Amino acid sequence: MPMEAESKPSLKLMIVDDSNIIRRRIERSQQIDRLEVVGAASNGREAVELFRRTQPDVVTMDLTMPEMDGVECVQKLVAINPGVLILVVSALADKATAVDAIEKGANGFLCKPFTDRQLNDALEELLSEA
Amino acid sequence: MLKEAEIRTFIDGTTNYFEIAAQQAATVGSPYLVTDGNPGAYEYTGVISISGARSGIVYFTAPRGMLTVLLMRMQETDTSDENIKDLVGEVANTISGNARRDFGKNFHISVPVVHDTEKVAAPHSRSYVIPINWRTHSAKLVVCLE
Repeated sequence: MPMEAESKPSLKLMIVDDSNIIRRRIERSQQIDRLEVVGAASNGREAVELFRRTQPDVVTMDLTMPEMDGVECVQKLVAINPGVLILVVSALADKATAVDAIEKGANGFLCKPFTDRQLNDALEELLSEA
Repeated sequence: MLKEAEIRTFIDGTTNYFEIAAQQAATVGSPYLVTDGNPGAYEYTGVISISGARSGIVYFTAPRGMLTVLLMRMQETDTSDENIKDLVGEVANTISGNARRDFGKNFHISVPVVHDTEKVAAPHSRSYVIPINWRTHSAKLVVCLE
């Protein structure tokens, strides 16, 4: 009996960054077939509202943002949906910041600047947890 | 007063940015000290305020031509003024944020403030200027910290 390829369900991606260039870059560069971008937010407050509306499965999250920073936003998103997968994408390169973000509920950390390959590898690793 | 190793952190952050984001290396000239409180600026400047373990500002300043080419190297087709300002702030943010690898988590960085005039006020009289050459363009990173 022939084996059928197991198809994985598509997942919704939300991008959070105060830089329009980075938001567009992540949307353009991510090459993972089963990820569908459902929205982008430029600060933590917008992200929480968008998260409630679009219910994404995966989020890329900047840390240094106006109004509400990324760490606070991670905590709020995890409180709404503990199953969400969050990849922090930040220039803050010290180990303590990465550890803090993970402790608050993020699942991975990618340091800016990044190549397309580094972004896709980080997303693949994140999705391996799904 | 910055130590030599601390200036090296910013030089490394600058070269790393161009190598990865633009995928084309920049050359960095010898850093020099400006003591008159006026380290100078090009057309666009992204300023990061620093607080905590150190206080002052770090800024990246560049002409429009350089920022336009940098956007295109990043496959960004929208070279509007809005995106030029976004980019100059993002470069300053990335280099400053990367410096926390050496300065530690108490090196607090603000969100970028962008100026499109060739005048930026330095909070202290002494600033280190790191000259940057990329393709045919010149820019600089200014580190004004106590």
